[in-house]
Amino acid sequence: MSVYLLRRLIQALGVVLAMSVIVFIGVFAIGDPVEILISPDADQMERERAIAALGLDLPLWQQYAIFLGKAVQGDLGRSFVFNEPALQLILQRMPATLELAFAATFGAILIGLPLGLYAGLKPNSVGSKAIMAGSILGFSLPTFWVGLMLIMVFAVQLGWLPSTGRGETVEILGTRWSFLTADGLSHLLMPALNLALFKISLVIRLTRAGVRETMLMDYVKFARAKGLSPFRVTFVHVFKNILIPVVTVTGLEFGSTIAFSVVTESIFAWPGMGKLIIDSINVLDRPVIVAYLMIVVMMFITINLVVDLMYSVLDPRVRLESK
Amino acid sequence: MSAVVGQGTPVVKDPGAKDKVETPFRRFASEFMESRLALGGLVVISIIILLAILAPFISPQDPYDLAVLDIMDGRMEPGSLSGDGSITYWLGTDDQGRDMLSGILYGLRISLTVGAGSAFIACMVGASLGLAAAYAGGRTDSIIMRIVDLQLSFPSILVALMILAFLGKSITNVVIAIVVVEWAYYARTVRGTALVERRREYIEAAECLALPRYRILFRHLLPNCLPPLIVIGTMQVARAIALEATLSFLGLGVPITEPSLGLLIANGYEYMLSGKYWISFYPGIALLVTIVAINLVGDQLRDVLNPRLQK
Amino acid sequence: MRDSIRMAAAAAVSAAAMAGALGASPAAAQQVLNMGVGSPVTSLDPHYHQLSPNNAVSDMIFDKLVGTDAAARNIPGLATEWRAVGPTTWEFKLRPGVKFHNGNDFTAEDVVFTIQRLPNVPNSPSSYAAYARPIVRMEIVDPLTIRFHTAAPYPLMPMDMTNVRILDATTHANAATEDFNAGRVAIGTGPWRVLSHRSGDRIEFERNPNFWGEAPAFQRVNYRMVTNDATRTASLLSGDLDFIDQVPTSDLARLRRDQNMRLSETVGLRLIFLGLDHLRAENENSPFITDHEGKPLGRNPLRDVRVRRALSMAIDRKAIAERVMEGAATPSGQFLPPGTFSHVPDVQAPAYNPDMARRLLAEAGYPNGFRITLAGPNDRYINDSRIIQAVGQMWTRIGVRTAVEAQTWSTFVGRAGRQEFSSFLIGWGSNPDGSHPLRNILATVSRERGWGASNRGRFSNAEVDSLLTQALVELDEPKREQLLIRAQRIAAEQVAVIPLHIQTNIWAMRRGLTHTPRVDELTRAQDVRPAAQ
Repeated sequence: MSVYLLRRLIQALGVVLAMSVIVFIGVFAIGDPVEILISPDADQMERERAIAALGLDLPLWQQYAIFLGKAVQGDLGRSFVFNEPALQLILQRMPATLELAFAATFGAILIGLPLGLYAGLKPNSVGSKAIMAGSILGFSLPTFWVGLMLIMVFAVQLGWLPSTGRGETVEILGTRWSFLTADGLSHLLMPALNLALFKISLVIRLTRAGVRETMLMDYVKFARAKGLSPFRVTFVHVFKNILIPVVTVTGLEFGSTIAFSVVTESIFAWPGMGKLIIDSINVLDRPVIVAYLMIVVMMFITINLVVDLMYSVLDPRVRLESK
Repeated sequence: MSAVVGQGTPVVKDPGAKDKVETPFRRFASEFMESRLALGGLVVISIIILLAILAPFISPQDPYDLAVLDIMDGRMEPGSLSGDGSITYWLGTDDQGRDMLSGILYGLRISLTVGAGSAFIACMVGASLGLAAAYAGGRTDSIIMRIVDLQLSFPSILVALMILAFLGKSITNVVIAIVVVEWAYYARTVRGTALVERRREYIEAAECLALPRYRILFRHLLPNCLPPLIVIGTMQVARAIALEATLSFLGLGVPITEPSLGLLIANGYEYMLSGKYWISFYPGIALLVTIVAINLVGDQLRDVLNPRLQK
Repeated sequence: MRDSIRMAAAAAVSAAAMAGALGASPAAAQQVLNMGVGSPVTSLDPHYHQLSPNNAVSDMIFDKLVGTDAAARNIPGLATEWRAVGPTTWEFKLRPGVKFHNGNDFTAEDVVFTIQRLPNVPNSPSSYAAYARPIVRMEIVDPLTIRFHTAAPYPLMPMDMTNVRILDATTHANAATEDFNAGRVAIGTGPWRVLSHRSGDRIEFERNPNFWGEAPAFQRVNYRMVTNDATRTASLLSGDLDFIDQVPTSDLARLRRDQNMRLSETVGLRLIFLGLDHLRAENENSPFITDHEGKPLGRNPLRDVRVRRALSMAIDRKAIAERVMEGAATPSGQFLPPGTFSHVPDVQAPAYNPDMARRLLAEAGYPNGFRITLAGPNDRYINDSRIIQAVGQMWTRIGVRTAVEAQTWSTFVGRAGRQEFSSFLIGWGSNPDGSHPLRNILATVSRERGWGASNRGRFSNAEVDSLLTQALVELDEPKREQLLIRAQRIAAEQVAVIPLHIQTNIWAMRRGLTHTPRVDELTRAQDVRPAAQ
């Protein structure tokens, strides 16, 4: 087990390294940050000064070497735009995004699982068909469009919910969370729903597909034949089996929720890292882009590891290999 | 899709095909036809594909030709007559004076190409790698799955931005960008299922028979991994189309003079508040109908193709 | 960061207590102004990053020696008067009795400290150093009088000083950009004090009760960054925001109809224009120009002034201003709008004349036109990608078949700077002084003189250069204006660039507020007041 973990850790390191190289080259290929950041009336001297100040006058490999040297000491560079450590900038904004992603993921499971279960157990009922039809809406409409519609309906027309921003926050352990206040919750509701929409559909469909399959399995038939209550059959035998794909996908989706919260965050002016990364990409703020991606990669690797570990718990047939 | 039809499914009794010679395709077709909804979906998709192919012949206007557009006709309401009286804009016009009906017909072509094309390529790449990872295990598995990790952690927007910066803006490049973003999903999903499947008796049996590896992979393992793959696949077509729309919304999608449905929606989005709904609404409807139809067919395909879901 | 929050909380409590103690009217108690701005503020350090949103916020916290009014004319700021006391010496008389937010007195020492700090802000991606460069020596005559000595006559000194926010020599002696961003030392003499700052999200201000100028109208200001255009408008409509800037043109019609909304607008100083490839010689190929079969032409048609004139005449600027910009633009033939210093009175927006354009093309040897690609950003200027499509339509109609290539600013600007395009759309926000666009865009590129840094088309004209050289050392304002007018007239005749329109700056607010619209696009809380009942 520990050998297995250790090896995953080493692999993770390799992934992070590979990624930082790709990002360095990628950002370099896209454009020149100084051209974007500099005031339009700066003359050539000022431009050269800015290029030197940001360390962009060195050859790319040298810039990368400097970055690596500092990264080893835990310094991922300073943002070109904010002149603050990139890591600190991202960590400051992480709680907002995590909150949003958690809310969206839990929302998706809370809504999707029961609906999917129902649709799977009674595949031919009108309710199931409505659920399935509704779930298609969830991933066919572009997020940005749904986001604006939500704002139009619930904030502008009905006035039930605040349109944008994060609302009141409470400070716990040095970070601010908004889900603990009524005002914060009301601000959280729409962006979380917007972000969850795709996932709700996904969970519904995966659950339904799983349930339909599992219900036909011999062991389920057997359990029924044994005279177990339908409740027990559903929630012990079936449920355990369908959890694998649902766990995989929700786990995966949690990571991508964080990575892809970009659109939702910018529409709802949610001050998370998604908004930071899109702003940083727009101005090619390389230190922030690199640091952000490194953090996200770490997160993904952790999530994948957890998913793999959960596999082995949920399904004893899957063994973690340590050879 | 038809390439995989009939493979690996055990022969079962089919009440619908009593008096004909039962071929795998017939069996599949008759099973498919059982759902009227799916049949309807298939019809709708066929019509949509036909419309997309015939777009140049049935559109009132070539929406990609700047010479025939006139900004003086911009944002006209549905049913308006163009400034020179030559055509009626049944679905209105967008900000450039582009006939929305023509725009939608042409947009369908692009969205379908982007959606289906990228989903198909991503599926091929992802499923093969996922299978290989699960079956081979060990180092191969580790390498592939770490690449998947790497891939999944890149925000699609950044990937797209880089690719489009390298290659320039074009429909092909958008497809490439989406494939690069999406293949990892297939790989991850297929691997997850295949990990379970490869422990099953039928694989062991096949291995005992000393069948070649590729045969075990593609004829035994793959068909049994299909159900989740089709679920993901049909959703990813939709997702690819939506992702393309999002990229367009962020200014990274297809070229602005060759709008896809997504770009039409993104363009019209800004006019929603001012009540010029048609610029965004009709392409939205077209997108919705397309995706619903694809999914109806996909759902039925999944049920029919699922070896474990036989009645 | 945490400190700033605690500080904010404490300040909020004390503000509330103060309001209570003074027995403020009920209306004053809820005097919070919620503003939504479209561009993020990147730093509270007034000398770190030259960027309009940063300048706007700096203007709320700090003051400059020379201020600018809504029309961008110089007005007294921390200096009450200024004059050139010799050919190379400027003298500024400082305002007495001004205090920083923390109670420190403002004196000439602070000015010296500030000018010295400008070139020494570490890591600055776009510094204010250029404003310190002409000053070779500073002389404190008395605590309220300072002299700047320059190497050569320098007429632009007062204008330069409108960009330099004054810091406190004691408070900011070792202050780093981070200290400003955290709100610890965001201390100036301006009308607003910073309560808290969450970068990329919001800045909270409270009124500076000891401000030397006109007292601000609100107790508190919530300055929020809402970058998505549609949601910004939606937040105003839903009442979550009281005031927004950068109103998208697509929402104008709706907001004008709405009884509960008010708009505030003025013609700005930002010209949208098309840059043309002057770099390739007459017998060279321009990268994005071919004949109708896609083969290279073997020459650069854009070097022929008749072709440039034809392309300019083919554009129906009125249609673009009315249809694409929905009225939020004024067609123009030059960089500066009427009424500003050195506006050229006899240069009008070129009239739309497609027949004449075709004739000119034929005269130049292109009776059937050619093919060209017009590039432009899609996320930088108002409706940028729509404008290039509209221009593409119009050019195509005179036989110049135009492909349109829109891309994000981050990719576009680098390529434009490397002269990769044949024609491209770009914008320029001018100072109200012809020397500004002339020096940056129309002058021949020269590193030594610092000219033509944004001359992405590489236009070059000896006469323009010589007129500009004279104007840059001319201290007599009427003479200087004439020189600048002559230079700009030549550039217009030569079609150095194809000017399209000057943008209108638009803000929107709920009923009950008024706003003084600024030509410089800055969104500042002191310009917003409750409307007279």
